[in-house]
Amino acid sequence: MTQLDQAASMLLTPGGLDLDSLDTGLSHAMGAGIDYADLYFQRTWQEGWVLEDGEVKEASYNIDGGVGVRSLAGEKTGFAYSNQITADALVDTGKTASGIVRSGTRLAGQAVRPVSAALCYPDIDPLAGLSADDKVAMLKLADRVARAADTRVSQVSASLSGTYEVVLVRASDGTLAADIRPLVRFNVSVIAAHNGRRERGSAGGGGRYSMAKLRDAGVAERYAKEAVRQALVNLEAVDAPAGQMPVVLGAGWPGILLHEAVGHGLEGDFNRKGSSAFAGKMGQRVAAKGVTVVDDATLADCRGSLSVDDEGTPGQRTPLIEDGILTGYMQDKLNARLMGMAPTGNARRESYAHMPMPRMTNTLMMAGQDEPSDIIKSVKRGLYAVSFGGGQVDITSGKFVFSASEAYLIEDGVITAPVKGATLIGNGPEAMGQVSMIGHDMALDTGIGVCGKEGQGVPVGVGQPTLKLDELTVGGTQS
Amino acid sequence: MAQAFDARAQQTLLASRVEQALALAEKLGADAAEVGASVDQGVEVSVRLGEVETVELSRDQGIAITVYVGQRKGSASSTDAGEDSIRATVEKALAIARYTSEDPASGLADAELMATDLPDLEVHYPWALSTEEAVSLALECERAGRDVEGITQSEGASLSTGEGVRVYANSHGFVGTQRGSRHSLSCMLIAEDENGMQRDFAYTTARDPGALSAPADVGREAAQRTLRRLGAKRPATGSFPVLFDPSLASGLVGHLMGALAGGALYRQASFLCDRLGTPLFPEWFSLEERPMEPGATASSPFDADGVQTRNNRFIAEGKVASYMLSTYSARRLKMETTGNAGGARNLRINAPLQTPEALLEQMGCGVWVTELMGQGVNGVTGDYSRGATGFWVEDGKVQYPIEEFTIAGNLEQMFANLAGIGNDVDTRGSIHTGSWLINDMTVAGN
Repeated sequence: MTQLDQAASMLLTPGGLDLDSLDTGLSHAMGAGIDYADLYFQRTWQEGWVLEDGEVKEASYNIDGGVGVRSLAGEKTGFAYSNQITADALVDTGKTASGIVRSGTRLAGQAVRPVSAALCYPDIDPLAGLSADDKVAMLKLADRVARAADTRVSQVSASLSGTYEVVLVRASDGTLAADIRPLVRFNVSVIAAHNGRRERGSAGGGGRYSMAKLRDAGVAERYAKEAVRQALVNLEAVDAPAGQMPVVLGAGWPGILLHEAVGHGLEGDFNRKGSSAFAGKMGQRVAAKGVTVVDDATLADCRGSLSVDDEGTPGQRTPLIEDGILTGYMQDKLNARLMGMAPTGNARRESYAHMPMPRMTNTLMMAGQDEPSDIIKSVKRGLYAVSFGGGQVDITSGKFVFSASEAYLIEDGVITAPVKGATLIGNGPEAMGQVSMIGHDMALDTGIGVCGKEGQGVPVGVGQPTLKLDELTVGGTQS
Repeated sequence: MAQAFDARAQQTLLASRVEQALALAEKLGADAAEVGASVDQGVEVSVRLGEVETVELSRDQGIAITVYVGQRKGSASSTDAGEDSIRATVEKALAIARYTSEDPASGLADAELMATDLPDLEVHYPWALSTEEAVSLALECERAGRDVEGITQSEGASLSTGEGVRVYANSHGFVGTQRGSRHSLSCMLIAEDENGMQRDFAYTTARDPGALSAPADVGREAAQRTLRRLGAKRPATGSFPVLFDPSLASGLVGHLMGALAGGALYRQASFLCDRLGTPLFPEWFSLEERPMEPGATASSPFDADGVQTRNNRFIAEGKVASYMLSTYSARRLKMETTGNAGGARNLRINAPLQTPEALLEQMGCGVWVTELMGQGVNGVTGDYSRGATGFWVEDGKVQYPIEEFTIAGNLEQMFANLAGIGNDVDTRGSIHTGSWLINDMTVAGN
């Protein structure tokens, strides 16, 4: 069965609909004066298992589903959704959405054009294939490994979660697309206590594949050890320095620098509205030479990957900055059309109950030439940050922050004491100009990112090589 | 709007669904069960540059079921409230309970703690507003902001109105229902000078539409907040007192409550483990909870376990007087629930208040912070480091805007260093507080 047939049978059939009946459904959303409309059908099955005190005491299961209907007229958007996927619901939501304008020409929808896209991940139910006993055993293994790793470990919690998501998009431009999106994640968090001090360490990861693959990859053991290692490092951490200094970012997850410092500022909506610090800078230098940043939805099995986006556009690899020059924005159909550009497969939405907008998928900086050890050696006094909590950006002023959860001092070219977590702050365009060394060790994160925008959360990935910024402000307490 | 929301009918419908789910759970083998169900409906309109940008209708429903088989627990939820779906959800919860471990602390709250005093707390104020009227209020708001000289661009204004019903029931026979409403209007504007663009926003939110600020006032406030950020410099690195705006001071109360929460305490993931009865704040500071206050943001006579809420005092004369506990976390800590399953409801500060001018005077030289960025708060250690925007203060007077700096400290020391609270109380959220002046934080800038 093709993905389309499979999605139709799971999303449409239960409510008495089929692919042919979507033309009628769409016609309600294509009211007078509407120039584009789409129907987004979605169902998600979500499962979560949590271990605490060595036992799995809690688990939950959630089923969500419905249809979101959107009608566009110029820059206007009408939007409504329903938990019911029925012909009646399509009439109600379609009329509500198209009520955004009340006059104008009534356009006919274009002939159906099924979208063909390469699959970037398997079209499977990730929750199947691993029994409940296996899931519990995996969590208990993480607990045993973490507790055996060091006597200072006082608390261990671990979680296993997975989502099976099926979507189907039908739009008035003829688009008909379906996608089956597995997503799994395993996480371990520990508290280590020593001499009256307590610190946390955590590690985790996952991607768009099955829970069985997660287990076979040995994540329970790996993340348990990694979480313990981080907690023990933090038990020794001294107060972080305060002020401007060179900062070396490790490879992988520290790529949230790119996500915050440049990624959001290159989303089409902010640039169309002129509210981004990067607005109007296409073709100009916005980063140091050697800096190449792409958004890549096509990476196999990655957390942020999309075979097709939430408007049915195939996922792509979109260059954003090439050798320091701004070359691309991330677009959905609305903003692409209004800016006279092409959609880039970056339309994303948290669910059928949310409107799509331009969002990142996996955002990466390409590898450079430098030896990571040479990058450390080049710093007289600075910070080496290898793991982060979260970040945030004000896209208008360009100011961004991200908070280190594991960092070290660099003194005379040598990594010395671990320091407590500190927030780093900078200005996106300026910080990208401060990049002076780029390692050859490009790495992806382990699959843990969630990006929030206008209240909507979506899974994302980041990646980068070891990187040196000549000057960034470190928000410690030692001035 | 599109369809009227009949709260009373929804309440009846939800009550019958939860009864059905409870009966089914017991029939299928649960020793006890609890069910929450809700329906919410709302409209949000946004305008930008004088034109309608989006009209969004929302209608959400859900049912969440937790079953107990002996001391084992299973949970499942669904957004489909049809009869088949309720049955499937109950079955799934029971299936999960076969694999979870015995937990001596699990189970419903004790029957004698179920809320019996269930007054109408006056938190439901439907707003019969057409889409056209909603658009016109948002337009008026944005126009007033854009009319202020110096505003060059707009992110728009939006008005949202919503109401909902929730029902919680458990196999003690407790059924609690709550109807509520929330209405908001916000505006975000942009100004530009030779140093670049700045944006800021203003908002008003209330359960009663009659309590919202005038749209034009919200627009003008957004404009003023945006314009005052132009020409920002970076402050020097050093140790200074910091004045937190009321909206940010409520965040500090939030960090405190996170550390007093039973879930963090029994996991030893709080910097306030074993601190009951010990001093944390200056003696003049107390923090109280008023869950039954009529018309307030978070008012409810029962908590998420069905337990009667009560007036808690978390900080009394500077000392930690109570933790914030649910039935489960209380059992883990061998204590009694404080009626706080689902969190704290309506926190109020009891302390002498000063004018913001007096606080600035007291501060002398330091930073007044009006916006914070990032998540740099470690609940296990209390370490605090966040990105900030605000104003430089010298001789007790505001000098110029500042940006791209961090403020850092440790929450325990910050609470001990609390030097004064303002009478500029922000009453929009569940935590009501004025500005907080905290001595001796590290500012990292130039």
